[in-house]
Amino acid sequence: MTAAALDPELGCPSGLAPASRDHAEDFSAFVKSKGNENTLLLSIRGAKCGGCLKKIEQSILKLPGVSSARLNLSNGKLDVRWQGSLTAREISGTLTALGYGVSAFGEDTAQRAAKSEERSLLIAMGVAGFAAANIMLLSVSVWGGHGEMGEDTRTALHLLSGIIALPVLLFSGQHFFKSAWSVLRTGHANMDVPISLALVLAFGVSVWETLNGGQNAYFDASVMLLFFLLIGRFLDARLRRMAHAAAHDLAALQNRSVTRVAADGTTEAVPAGEILEGDTLMLSAGERAAVDLQITKGFSTVDESIVSGESEPRSAGPGATLYAGSINLDQQIEGRALGTSSDSLLSDISNMLEAGEQKRARYRKIADKAVSLYIPFVHSVAALTFVGWLILGASPREAILVAVATLIITCPCALALAAPVAQVVASGRLFKNGVYLRSGDALERLAETDHIIFDKTGTLTLGEPVLSTASVDHDSIKQAASLARASRHPLSRALVVAAGSGKVADNVSEHPGLGLEAIVDGEACRLGSADWIGAPATPSSGLSLWFRKGDNPPVQFEFEDQLRSEASDTLSQLAKRGYTFEVLSGDRSSAVQQAADALSISNWSAGVSPQQKAARLNELQQQGKTTLMIGDGLNDAGALSMAHASLAPGGAIDVSQSASDAVYSGGLDAIPTILAVAKRARTVMKQNFALAAGYNLIAVPIAVTGHVTPLIAAIAMSVSSIIVTLNALRISSGGT
Amino acid sequence: MHIIVYLIPIAISFGLIGLGAFIWSVNSGQYEDLDGAAFRILDDEDVPLSGDRRG
Repeated sequence: MTAAALDPELGCPSGLAPASRDHAEDFSAFVKSKGNENTLLLSIRGAKCGGCLKKIEQSILKLPGVSSARLNLSNGKLDVRWQGSLTAREISGTLTALGYGVSAFGEDTAQRAAKSEERSLLIAMGVAGFAAANIMLLSVSVWGGHGEMGEDTRTALHLLSGIIALPVLLFSGQHFFKSAWSVLRTGHANMDVPISLALVLAFGVSVWETLNGGQNAYFDASVMLLFFLLIGRFLDARLRRMAHAAAHDLAALQNRSVTRVAADGTTEAVPAGEILEGDTLMLSAGERAAVDLQITKGFSTVDESIVSGESEPRSAGPGATLYAGSINLDQQIEGRALGTSSDSLLSDISNMLEAGEQKRARYRKIADKAVSLYIPFVHSVAALTFVGWLILGASPREAILVAVATLIITCPCALALAAPVAQVVASGRLFKNGVYLRSGDALERLAETDHIIFDKTGTLTLGEPVLSTASVDHDSIKQAASLARASRHPLSRALVVAAGSGKVADNVSEHPGLGLEAIVDGEACRLGSADWIGAPATPSSGLSLWFRKGDNPPVQFEFEDQLRSEASDTLSQLAKRGYTFEVLSGDRSSAVQQAADALSISNWSAGVSPQQKAARLNELQQQGKTTLMIGDGLNDAGALSMAHASLAPGGAIDVSQSASDAVYSGGLDAIPTILAVAKRARTVMKQNFALAAGYNLIAVPIAVTGHVTPLIAAIAMSVSSIIVTLNALRISSGGT
Repeated sequence: MHIIVYLIPIAISFGLIGLGAFIWSVNSGQYEDLDGAAFRILDDEDVPLSGDRRG
């Protein structure tokens, strides 16, 4: 396993995601059987390119009895169907051996609802687009034949337009009508109220005019309005659904089978959600704890880096507490569940994520502010127009026609497109730079930040220990590595990386919490802690391992978690733009200080728990700072969701990726680009709203004075939408 | 001019066929995995795994 973990063929061949070193878990509790056929839905982490698709599908198809394996690259869902005796563990084992992370696929109801909403918006948009194109076909002939076309022909074409428009308005317009009706009943108003009013009035007046043989019918305008608005609505729903994946991904981490030990000693696989407090669970080497456990039997080393950010694994024996999410590294242990999976540390973090999501939902976007100014404006202008024309002696029919024309022409096509189009173009630009944006309004929040908080391990540093002592001779490294290959301890792995390829020593025995032992060339060799080797206990600031062969003097290997090479350049670049920094890490204070000093960040804290991190973010917010949190571990997830805006590196665990606003691949140097594009997107959005307002300044006088015809309305609406879209396209070019 | 009595329904029915195809494609999940579809078209089953290293 250790040697395999270093294989470059593991994981995503494009290098977009790091290879996973998870141990195969058992998902047999999630297999659905129907007759002969078994179905298993798995969620694959780390599959990012076409190479992954091929690798995964072909390897699974090679397993005996598998009839189909299909991976959805967009959401990582793998659908496996098979017949016969193949077990779920063999399937997940094949996937983990390829270097991908696996969990059972679970979709919550909120997510399913968001997905079906997006789908119905897409269909509504298609229907509206169809109708807009066909009615425009008829309208153009009416406009073109103005003065020559007979009244009967014109009425017939209007009628035909109305026949197409009616079902389309009822079908595609329901998204707006339903929402408008539900807020009106509570005595409030939202954007959908003026939209619904404009649609209904435009249609009603057009029917009236058609039946009376009038010249002006607004069927084309009402359907085109609907089409443009649905484009904006669809883009928005899509970005929002992608953002909502946070809670779901966390739930996926808990979608696992665990091995429960019954009172008589027999074991059975049960879903993690069914564990009760007091159950005895068995945790084999490499397995991740699903709930908080108190160890009852066995000694082992546990890797808690995902939970606490502590880079050094610790040894644990009976009585010790093991938090959910930590990985048991070397020996099988048994433990008593301290709670159900819903009150584990993992779900504490999940609650923090929810709180963060709610906080973000309260964020007032530029678009919301624009709408709150817009609604009263449009309604009063239309009402005043109606009253004004009546006072000036027009007939009610004329007055209504002018008021409806005003309502249609001021209706917010450009307003509805202003923000979503800018967001889509900006996220496209960032995507080209290897940055994946998780929500649209994230751009606005990213643009506002001024104080950047970094996690240390994995964010500022590489997150993996690297052998740092140059003085050790290569022979010792090679001999020590032959023992280290038998272990999955992070330091052993680092030693193997330094040694390169080679053989594993025979009969290596692992002593939990102490080290490794084997006989090499007839001499006893030991690799492990200083005490156990019999070396003089020298105080060491960092991580170290000792190796002794026979009676030779012991050799010390020192390791350090190195800073990323681009870190200091990036930080000085950001400092020039006026950002301030802070380091918030769960690691030991010596390690944090070293990193902070190297980057000359004076504001740092070490040994911070996940809850403290989130609390610190709240505190900063109350001091009036707009915070940008950058972190990668499970211990950062809460803080990431509490921050005003947040970023996670591509190597971060899934929960942190979903808790953040954007994920960047590559190094820290992506951060200045992200912030620059976000600022540019915000500027363009504001320009777009200014353009929409400017358009109304010109259009409203024309409409109020009664000079608007359906032709002018159609041109004005499409021109304003096109201008806003073209302006948004400027984000994709131009300097950072 | 009577020709439009035939032409307009024909034009609209062509539009409806397109709309029907669009609705079918949405409901049958054609847009579920846009990322994967882009790669699948390049996937040539005759060639053994040589494409794996490609980025």
